[in-house]
Amino acid sequence: MSTAAEQIGLGAYPSEWRHRHLLGLEELSADEITLILDKAEVFKRAILQGHRRIPLLNDITCVTLFFENSTRTRISFSLAARRLGADSIDFSASTSSLSKGETVIDTAKNIEAMGTDVVIVRHRTPGTPHLLAQNLRASVVNAGDGPHEHPTQGLLDIMTIRERRGHVEGLTVALVGDIAHSRTARSNIWGLKKLGAHVIVCGPSTLVSPRWKELGVEYSWSLDEILPRVDVLNLLRIQFERQYGRPFPSVREYAHLYAMNAERLAKTKDDILILAPGPINRGVELTPDVADGSHSAILEQVTNGVAVRMAVLWLLSGAARDKR
Amino acid sequence: MPLLIQNGRVIDPSQSVDRVTSLRIVEGRIAAYDAAPQDGDEVLDATGRIVSPGLIDMHVHLREPGGEEDETIASGTAAALAGGFTSVACVPNTDPPIDSQGAVEFVRDRSVRADNCRVYVLACVSKNREGKELAEIGQLVEAGAVGFTDDGSPISDPELMRRAFEYCLMFDKPVLNHSEIRELTEHGVMHEGKTSLVLGLTGMPAAAEDVMASRDIALAEATGGRFHLMHVSTAGSVDAVRRAKRRGVRVTTEVTPHHFTLTDECLRTFDSNFKMNPPLRDRRDVEACIEGLADGTIDCIVTDHAPHAKEKKMQELDRAPFGVVGLETALGLVVTRLIEPGHLDWPAAIQKMSTHPARILGIEKGTLAIGADADVTIIDPQVHWTVNPAEFRSKSTNTPFAGWELTGRAEVVVVGGRVKFRRA
Repeated sequence: MSTAAEQIGLGAYPSEWRHRHLLGLEELSADEITLILDKAEVFKRAILQGHRRIPLLNDITCVTLFFENSTRTRISFSLAARRLGADSIDFSASTSSLSKGETVIDTAKNIEAMGTDVVIVRHRTPGTPHLLAQNLRASVVNAGDGPHEHPTQGLLDIMTIRERRGHVEGLTVALVGDIAHSRTARSNIWGLKKLGAHVIVCGPSTLVSPRWKELGVEYSWSLDEILPRVDVLNLLRIQFERQYGRPFPSVREYAHLYAMNAERLAKTKDDILILAPGPINRGVELTPDVADGSHSAILEQVTNGVAVRMAVLWLLSGAARDKR
Repeated sequence: MPLLIQNGRVIDPSQSVDRVTSLRIVEGRIAAYDAAPQDGDEVLDATGRIVSPGLIDMHVHLREPGGEEDETIASGTAAALAGGFTSVACVPNTDPPIDSQGAVEFVRDRSVRADNCRVYVLACVSKNREGKELAEIGQLVEAGAVGFTDDGSPISDPELMRRAFEYCLMFDKPVLNHSEIRELTEHGVMHEGKTSLVLGLTGMPAAAEDVMASRDIALAEATGGRFHLMHVSTAGSVDAVRRAKRRGVRVTTEVTPHHFTLTDECLRTFDSNFKMNPPLRDRRDVEACIEGLADGTIDCIVTDHAPHAKEKKMQELDRAPFGVVGLETALGLVVTRLIEPGHLDWPAAIQKMSTHPARILGIEKGTLAIGADADVTIIDPQVHWTVNPAEFRSKSTNTPFAGWELTGRAEVVVVGGRVKFRRA
């Protein structure tokens, strides 16, 4: 195994890594986030150099336990596991005994009993990965728990920013859209702040409460007002499926106030970087010309997603092996 | 056999008694103060102990009928005794709900058979607890109901609430409401605040309670009805009650130990034993509850004992039911969180756990006057103990206080002159 690591320049397993689970970025230190990003860059370079298999986790079995629909994240995790030589199994709530009334803990314990080491869980309810972490011996990766956290998404966004701009500290990053219901926003806020960025959350006042200030971020209800001073725009998807009540009058009005289009692009800094965690609603969060333009790093984010998840799985595998 | 409770500090706010004395109980009634032991007396030495009129918890979910996996009348009343309560009032959100004479009689009958503490019945305001038509309140009163509530659900319809106040006037019974605007709390899991924002959990704003409590106060004021605001939890509604009392509105209220002890930050663990309704609020609300207790705005301390079987609580936070048990930890929390820090003295605490609930429910309890039923709680005010849910008498263990170090608990509980509980 050391040879595979040596070949790609990964270095020894970092003894300072102490986490058994990855549940959120709130609980990681700046050094730990930087460590993940550094290792992710090594994996990305290896992939781009044509390493299709880096057999570091041949003895590890991962399961993606998704109680909410997802294509991108699930494929990204599965691919990351396979690239490292791990077994990867997919579990979907719709095809499971959950529809027969089994509890989420029982389902997870059953899957664990089949010999899984890492459980990658997505669930509509904040805290469900934490509940599983308390009840399983396996390592748990939070792949999105309701509007709470989506740590690997936050990591891949920050990795993309760091790659494009060379650093994160001192940048002004605006998260735009449905902040209230966005796990991506929360994970980005924790990660970006720890690495020294200035964060602005921007969106309609029903989805961006002044209370966000209490998390040490700036809030704004006007995209036009903040555009000239931001270095990075992260355009979050409107979470139509998570909104209770009526946060804005119409999609048309939302797009009018917050869609990133060519006209708004003209007001930004020349080197503006545009991210969108996807899936995007074209025409709502951003127009096609912006999505596909030179400032957009949307597809790079997807590539980086695999690399970040490889780094996370590799780091967690130490604890997963210890637990056996 | 006559009972002599010797050398205890007898505190009975109903007669402004607070002194060391010996109480003699004969044929189930308080017979004499400053009594000397006589031949044949059973003597309980209460030196260093507080001798209180039996504690009364006027907000308990006994779950029977329909929720026997969570609690039964027998197990809930056993838990009440262990917590020092000689009487509880149970709320009617059972299955079927307690909205008929037969249902009231069922509960009373079961509690007599259980032979633990006394059980008073709070019956439904509305038929089938649906919030549409008044239940047969007159007949429920005849069956023994002491007050009316649709607890579990708020009485939302203002017209029904107004009629309930008016109709209960002729029976002189209180209407108790879980005051909450449901449209503001839909899908809510916890208090809306910084913590809900961080955790991404759907919040229940304090305004949902403030608005409904104010509506209920206005309707009580307009009708002259008796309104009891259940489990107050916000600074806004404590203040609304305070101002209403000054105006002479017939309003009373109660608070739970968890609401004067814990804040919404406890949810950071995602532990469903911190999920209850009303939700744990923020520091400012907790302080307002303590202030309301200290200045007399809040009349009672209740547990809102809400047992849930483990398998129900061990679920995703949005699926886990609201509610926590409280009967066996309430007194310790009152001592530890209110008396020891100096917010309440012992007589004030006993008022809120005995004298006032008795008065609000209109029951002849909460007193150690000569001739009264001998319901007595002997409290060790100094004992230090650790909350161990495995030792609960309740069928359920959904407490947010597992492992807490508390001071003070009931040592001996006497109901109708009989020792019903003695701590081993």
